[in-house]
Amino acid sequence: MIWFQLMLGFFIANILGYGGGPSSIPLMYHEIVTHYGWLNDSEFSNMLALGNALPGPIATKIAAFVGYGAGGWTGLLAAFAGTILPSAVALIVLLKVLHKYRQSPVVKGMSLLVQPVITIMMVVLTWQMAKSSFSQIGIWQSLGIAAVAFWAMHIRKIHPALVICAAFLYGGIVLQHIV
Amino acid sequence: MEKQQNTYAQLAMAMLRTGILGYGGGPSVMPLFRYEAVTRYKWLDDDEFGETLAIANALPGPIATKMAAYLGYKLKKTTGAVFAILLHILPSSIAMIALLSLVSVLSHSKIVAGMIAGVMPVVAVMLGQMAYDFGEKTVKGLGKVFGIAMFVISFLLLETIHLHPAIVILIFLAYGSIHFRLVAKWGKNEKKKKRDEAG
Repeated sequence: MIWFQLMLGFFIANILGYGGGPSSIPLMYHEIVTHYGWLNDSEFSNMLALGNALPGPIATKIAAFVGYGAGGWTGLLAAFAGTILPSAVALIVLLKVLHKYRQSPVVKGMSLLVQPVITIMMVVLTWQMAKSSFSQIGIWQSLGIAAVAFWAMHIRKIHPALVICAAFLYGGIVLQHIV
Repeated sequence: MEKQQNTYAQLAMAMLRTGILGYGGGPSVMPLFRYEAVTRYKWLDDDEFGETLAIANALPGPIATKMAAYLGYKLKKTTGAVFAILLHILPSSIAMIALLSLVSVLSHSKIVAGMIAGVMPVVAVMLGQMAYDFGEKTVKGLGKVFGIAMFVISFLLLETIHLHPAIVILIFLAYGSIHFRLVAKWGKNEKKKKRDEAG
């Protein structure tokens, strides 16, 4: 029944995310780590790092990684189905109806009011990752890497994929002695 | 030259290119979609693309696969939709699975453990940035006071009462559906009050 859990988990996480794949990340975390335990914190972080270093939509990359890891090819298909089908089918079927309600204050209000919940879930997820990192490599290593990453991405505007590669490199060379 | 190519070949090229060249998840890839669909292949005009994107945004779920489905369906009905989605997500999904297999083969290596540990703070920074972006959107849309009140309520529901996130989101969606009506009503009352005071 793993395929059914994968389909259901990814369906719930994606159907509640307004604003594309990134807004579903904390919801996926809840299903993948908290609820079903398919990955632990450090595996989830690793997956996000790989996902962000690769191009393409993030939701389907996560679905591929977790679906295949937890349930093989059937799992992969189930996770894809839960992620993609409901919203893609809804768009095609409801296109004409939605056309009328595109500017409706009801739809606008709904997609606006989801934002604060996503924000808080994202903050909690950030804190979760920071805590795991503290316990793994200590607070000073973690803060140091975070500070350099922030500086590189936001002040120097270096591409995130490069920053992730640099972090992998640093971890492979330096942190292998302390983990 | 490109007109002679058949539609499936065009669709394949557009979906592979957007799937391989787009970084940062679905929303940041929309300009690339627009370029392929409007500028390069002229499947639809700018207005139609903008309208469809707005409608797609009104629905939940990942945006890239929704738009791929729409473009595929418009050109070749259901087969086209399936074709477009698969080609868009295939390269990155295969890469993801290949990396997963690689990591699990090497998982006992100290070097890989170090690499995974090294990237964790970077992931935290990226998530923090996303949190900031969503927070900014909230405050812009709802105003400072109301926005912060919504943060506090979300936090209490999620982290102290430990409601399932799905339930919290459904509560906020329910309120969201009447939010603008309430705001309009409240605005009218305020104006009326002022008029009454002045008169």
